[in-house]
Amino acid sequence: MTAIIALSLFGISNLFWGFWFPRKVLQILTLLFLAVGIGLTAMDWNHELLWFGNMFRTTNTSINFSLIIQLAAFLVVALSRGFGSDDEHTHPAEYYAILLFSVVGAILMVSFDHMIMLFVGLEILSVAMYVLTGSDKRNLKSNEAALKYFLMGAFATGILLFGITLVYGATRSFYISNLANIIAATAPESMPSFLYIGVLLMLIGLLFKVSAAPFHFWTPDVYDGAPTIFTMFMSTVVKTAGFAALYHILSGVFGGIYSTWVLTIYFISMLTLIIGNVTATYQQSVKRMLAYSSISHAGYMLMTVSAMQSSSTSTVLYYSLSYTLATVAAFAVLILVSEYQTGRKEKPEDYSSFEGLAINNPGLAFCFTISLLSLAGIPLTAGFWGKFFIFSDSFNRNIIYPVILAILMSAVGIYYYFKGIIAMYFKNGDIEKIEVPILFKIALWFCTIATLVLGVYPNLVKSLF
Amino acid sequence: MNLLFILFFPLLIGAYLLIAKPKHAFIISLSATILEAIATGFLLYKINETLLPITFIQDWIPEVGIQFSLKADGISGILIGLCALLLPFIIGSTAKTEKANHAQYQGLMLLMQSAMMGAFLAKDAFLFYFFFEASLLPIYFLASKFGGENKSAITFKFLLYTIFGSLFLFIGLIFVYLRTPGATHSADIETLYLTARNLSAESQGYLFMAFFIAFAIKMPIFPFHTWQPDTYTTSPSQGTMLLSGIMLKMGTYGVIRLIIPMFPLGIGIWGNTAIVLSIIGVIYGSIIAIQQKDAKRLLAYSSFAHVGLISAGMLTQSFDGIQGALYQMLSHGINVIGLFFVIEIIERRTKSRELAQLGGITQSSYALTVCFIILSLGSVALPLTNGFIGEFILLKSIFDYSLILGVVAGITIILGAVYTLRLIQKTMFGNVSRITTEFSKLTLEEKMVLIPLSIFVLLGGIFPNAILHFSEESVSQITQLLK
Repeated sequence: MTAIIALSLFGISNLFWGFWFPRKVLQILTLLFLAVGIGLTAMDWNHELLWFGNMFRTTNTSINFSLIIQLAAFLVVALSRGFGSDDEHTHPAEYYAILLFSVVGAILMVSFDHMIMLFVGLEILSVAMYVLTGSDKRNLKSNEAALKYFLMGAFATGILLFGITLVYGATRSFYISNLANIIAATAPESMPSFLYIGVLLMLIGLLFKVSAAPFHFWTPDVYDGAPTIFTMFMSTVVKTAGFAALYHILSGVFGGIYSTWVLTIYFISMLTLIIGNVTATYQQSVKRMLAYSSISHAGYMLMTVSAMQSSSTSTVLYYSLSYTLATVAAFAVLILVSEYQTGRKEKPEDYSSFEGLAINNPGLAFCFTISLLSLAGIPLTAGFWGKFFIFSDSFNRNIIYPVILAILMSAVGIYYYFKGIIAMYFKNGDIEKIEVPILFKIALWFCTIATLVLGVYPNLVKSLF
Repeated sequence: MNLLFILFFPLLIGAYLLIAKPKHAFIISLSATILEAIATGFLLYKINETLLPITFIQDWIPEVGIQFSLKADGISGILIGLCALLLPFIIGSTAKTEKANHAQYQGLMLLMQSAMMGAFLAKDAFLFYFFFEASLLPIYFLASKFGGENKSAITFKFLLYTIFGSLFLFIGLIFVYLRTPGATHSADIETLYLTARNLSAESQGYLFMAFFIAFAIKMPIFPFHTWQPDTYTTSPSQGTMLLSGIMLKMGTYGVIRLIIPMFPLGIGIWGNTAIVLSIIGVIYGSIIAIQQKDAKRLLAYSSFAHVGLISAGMLTQSFDGIQGALYQMLSHGINVIGLFFVIEIIERRTKSRELAQLGGITQSSYALTVCFIILSLGSVALPLTNGFIGEFILLKSIFDYSLILGVVAGITIILGAVYTLRLIQKTMFGNVSRITTEFSKLTLEEKMVLIPLSIFVLLGGIFPNAILHFSEESVSQITQLLK
């Protein structure tokens, strides 16, 4: 809990440090702030407490999610390199401050015990993301993406709020624990029917944030238009927070009326898997491919959410962690390669930009390979166990057909992930040695090695969750 | 400890070769594989003394009941023995070529060995799956980095095809695993046996299909073989040797280790279909092999035909069938890498594999001809060669199973003789062609590979009992389960 206050204060102070310090120092400062945040969050371990008028609850699950979120933010900041060197058009102090604020929002989203807290957290996170998406002011695509994200996101938030209102109307409570009791105590027939409408509307609001089909239409354009470093942030932090919130609501509150929403989630997860994976195969741009791949991973995660096993919490956590590590590494390599190819190639983010990367940059190629393998769910990487836990949870609930579909779609996934590997290793290109700053290198290798270690010994974190 | 050494030693050396890229990669990898072979031989000797399996068990993911457990019994023993025995020859076959000191090339082969050893030793089903899949990556990189014409598309097809198949195995395994008793379940293969055998016939039927598709693609069995000829032809020779000599045995091993003990009722429903498909593969593969113009492709189809017979034999679920399959796996591995190496020697000297362009090699290299004939006769299953023992026991088991199928499968002996003798005749005998006039004699390194392999062919044909005895105990344990 203290982490939220600390991070908010750090965020505000960051705006002032911007007057005096150069961007490299700001980056180090922000890393320090996040490290403090991680420490403060970890200190709450095993202390289940309520804060802010019982609206905010720290549990070990919420702490785990908060830690994953802050770890992702830490990695993103470490990979940000002070946002380039263009003093006139980039504003590192503001960017770092906004990143810290959005982390606060994300933490609220994973630890809420009151619907309003969920809403506040979601808004803090979303508004921050709208700004960061449009931060590349002179790029038309970035502007378009920001506006699109803002308009669609505002609608989704409105729908979520509408859902919260209806649920409140039916149960007269905003508190998660109360709500669960009321729903469990009342017979389904005597519930007002608008409770179910409320539940569905809330689901839609949250599913939009995690970009599940058919609410995914913003994702490719926004991911594509935003500066890559913020895309990385979006696809890890926002997704993890969104899933944590969704899982918290569905298992914690609406677990009692499982049968009313589970079919919806089934279909949405199947649709998401199909759309995400099949569309990703058509992409020429790696960035867009990763956007669609993030949609498809939302489909896998939804399967666990709908399985609602005792092990599901740890599965969602494990999957979020493995997905975060792999995605950060993939985007990090994409940043370096597309920067190198800017000016050399017409479309620096295409697969063709990666051709021959392995010749002079074996390290980068290796990191990218491992992250793609993890996303594809090949053994030796964390992603494999993530998939294993998901399939095993779903089977336990007798969810057969979605699992079979998911298996087929994993095979489709291998096709587009391996396209990147083929381009790097088996095509000829003339990429020279790319200079990698030291902090960037450390963060990138951290992700890669962590992916491998979790792939060989998943129990390292699984026992914590 | 010995088990861990066998499993991780090639991995360590392979990783060292890939990362440090030392200059003398050949000598490092060759001595590593020889050391590995000695360690494996020592282990097998210990098993053979007591006829008791050696196990190693360590918790891996206790929350979900997955263990890091290894077990070497009579069945695994034959396969790790094969894997350890062949690798020095496969690596030795690169001697004095540009690949010999290519650290990546050697490193990938060692990684491959480690993964295959893992698959053969695994006692936990998910550990098996883990290595089963992991072994794909090194061979994929090996084939698509160093392969021939159109390698990128062909190896990609191979990769997609096999992973697609293994995913079925994956869901099948999870399905059975979730039905094991206990709060955390267990993925130990022996626990899975007990659980799976109690499932209803219908579930077992579906599970049999899921498992069989995975292994059938790996072996490959008709009609899942379409990746195989292209991949074998385009891979570098050592890749082809690994694929055909050892990797396809992961499929046959999977059938013996998992399918037969787990799904007796499932085999009851689908076993006949699977046997018929395997035998179709035998005949079909042989007929196509007869018409091939490219020597390597011919061998690829012959390998397809041989593995069909192995699969048919073991699916009869008889003691003889499984014993014969194990013996034939061993001899097929030895024969096929020898034959592929002969083709590579010819290709090195003449830059061609076209049967029409070759001929008369016996006039310039007598030693090559002798080795080639011995290896081919092993492949034809002539008495006194190792192929005879395996095919004979296999055919006997198929005859016991069904007379008609036995007769049809028996044609393989004739067809096999046709394509193999045609291969010998077109390359070794006949008139000297333009490109074979200056065919140089075998070098010492080439002899070091070919002569021992030829000796193994004869030894296997004359003294089969040592090996049959070695696997007897474990195989009868499996057939006991079926009664």
